[in-house]
Amino acid sequence: MKAPKLALVVVASTALVLAGCSGGTTADQSTAKSTSAAAGGGDNSAIKICMYTHGDGGGFWSVAKKGAEKAAADLGVTLDYQESNNDAQKQAQLIEAGVTGGCTGLAVSAPNPDAIKDALKKATAAGIPIVTMNSGSAVFRDLGAITHVGQDEFIAGQEAGKKFKEMGVKKVLCPLHEANNIGLQQRCDGIKDTFGNVENLQVTAGLADLAKSQAEIQAKLESDPSIDAVFALNADIATGAALPAAEAVGRPIKIGTVDLSGEAVTDIKDGKIAFAIDQQQFAQGYLPVVLLYLNKINGHVLGGGQPMYTGPGFVTKDNADLIQKLAEAGTR
Amino acid sequence: MSTTTAPAATGTDERLVAVSRFTRVLRRPELGALLGAIVIYVMFALVDTTGVFVTIAGTARWTDVAASVGIVAVPVALLMISGEFDLSAGVMVGTSGLFAGLLTTQYGFSMWPAIGLTLLFAAGIGLVNGWLVMLTGLPSFIVTLAMFFSLRGINLGVTKMLTDTVRVAGIDKVPGYDSAASVFASTFWAPYDFRTSVLWWLAITVVATTVLTKLRFGNWVYAVGGDQTAARNTGVPVRRTKIAMFVCTSLAAALVGIITLLRLKSMQAGQGVGEEFTFIIAAVVGGCLLTGGFGSAIGASIGASIIGMAFIGIAYAGWNTDWSWLFLGVILFIAVLVNTFIGRRAQGARK
Repeated sequence: MKAPKLALVVVASTALVLAGCSGGTTADQSTAKSTSAAAGGGDNSAIKICMYTHGDGGGFWSVAKKGAEKAAADLGVTLDYQESNNDAQKQAQLIEAGVTGGCTGLAVSAPNPDAIKDALKKATAAGIPIVTMNSGSAVFRDLGAITHVGQDEFIAGQEAGKKFKEMGVKKVLCPLHEANNIGLQQRCDGIKDTFGNVENLQVTAGLADLAKSQAEIQAKLESDPSIDAVFALNADIATGAALPAAEAVGRPIKIGTVDLSGEAVTDIKDGKIAFAIDQQQFAQGYLPVVLLYLNKINGHVLGGGQPMYTGPGFVTKDNADLIQKLAEAGTR
Repeated sequence: MSTTTAPAATGTDERLVAVSRFTRVLRRPELGALLGAIVIYVMFALVDTTGVFVTIAGTARWTDVAASVGIVAVPVALLMISGEFDLSAGVMVGTSGLFAGLLTTQYGFSMWPAIGLTLLFAAGIGLVNGWLVMLTGLPSFIVTLAMFFSLRGINLGVTKMLTDTVRVAGIDKVPGYDSAASVFASTFWAPYDFRTSVLWWLAITVVATTVLTKLRFGNWVYAVGGDQTAARNTGVPVRRTKIAMFVCTSLAAALVGIITLLRLKSMQAGQGVGEEFTFIIAAVVGGCLLTGGFGSAIGASIGASIIGMAFIGIAYAGWNTDWSWLFLGVILFIAVLVNTFIGRRAQGARK
């Protein structure tokens, strides 16, 4: 009985070592790639850009990460990308670790700016330039960042409101699929600002259970027949919950969404979804690396104290074909 | 208790067989975790790309992560030894942080009274958990799962109702913030900046170990987790012991909630959700049996250290984060496997 168990331990330990090795190899390979890409312009691998987001590895953040990796490869700099799954304390801990770990530039998302303020102070005290990305457009100056790259959530909501007005709808439902994301609330506030007749709905199941989210949205649509549009704040919510809910209810309901997915673009092409507001998160990953690089080699501070907006860009039936190709490649 | 004084006339009673010191060390619940921690430390020291992991500064970083896990993992381990679970411990971190945050920012309390009331409130929640488990006879898994969902709903509902947003902010403007922050959320030993939470973690580990090994109450904890009926028959107050453990767990979660609130100067309604598994994992990696009656406080703290080392180690190693959960899963699995393997061998004589 004991020998097989010992063997199991050995096998498992080997697996760990292999996992460790392959992890190391992956990192080596990406560094190697970056270095070779930089062969023309010199080796910048001594520049270590750290991007610590509140991301969760989902469809949205994987595209932003891809943008950062592409920029690091194009410039030949080293990239350290880490996510913290919406846990502000973990993000603060990562930033502090990065400051001691030799980051030469720091890009952070700031959905909860108070929580990372002290950690960022350590970075500025150590002379590490900071760029905020994705969320934090209102507070980047207070955090000591040279600029912000992202979409203003309120403006995105306002633009959606104008679009719905053009389409002639009467009442919009704004389902909030993440309880702790302040940006979602700002989008709903934005659409209320330009459209007016908007009702918020807290969807408890969120992205974790789209079938349940569909049921929640459907129940709301059934109970209030005056609702004739849904502003989904996420492409998976749009295609996986809002659209099937609208189809089940059986009256014409227009759907708009924030952010893209392959499915959402197909639905836009087919006319099932009216539009998507694209914050172009590939650029949110790409630009901070470039900005921090320029700051490092040439002392540039871009943005002039203003945030740099990557959106909102609209995806409608007119440009869906082009976007679809890029979304399939994972860069839109 | 008096039964053990009977002379071992037959000479074959296994409980009276003398065991060597070596076997006794092998039988310590935390031995496997300690070996696992050493292996993981060496591994991350080797794959580190920054050269910081093994330095004092690097240690300050990973103990920071370990402390916020360990403070709750230790009482969670004691609760598990007594044969119960608390799935509401993670969300309780958020609840107590929000509770203190709302008292100060919405109702004008200054920091210290708010902290006092938060601890009282947390003790109450622990009491409700324990009392419901005892009263209904339902598994604590179910009772505290219900508490988990309830608190999660209350966290979001109340926070949105009172603040119109999903977080409480501006804590650093509350009277008494500075003195409270210096106790709960400051740093020591510049320039390495260890977190004061590390001291709280060490203190709780020492106190819990003392209670478990030196006090009669510690024997009760093991007894009620080992065999509840036998414990009751020998006069151990089963109900009180278990409820006390629920209260301790809830209080520890509140402590982390207060530390987090003061540190982040704000609290999100979702803070802590999901952490209950991290606490249980730390306790299990540290040698606690899921069936109760076996484990240690030091083991839980070593388990918390492993989680802290893995979190910071993966960042310093520069591993692709797409694989982070896999690394964590493999590490935890191996730690528990080693633990179980050593435990079985050590107890081979007994079983």
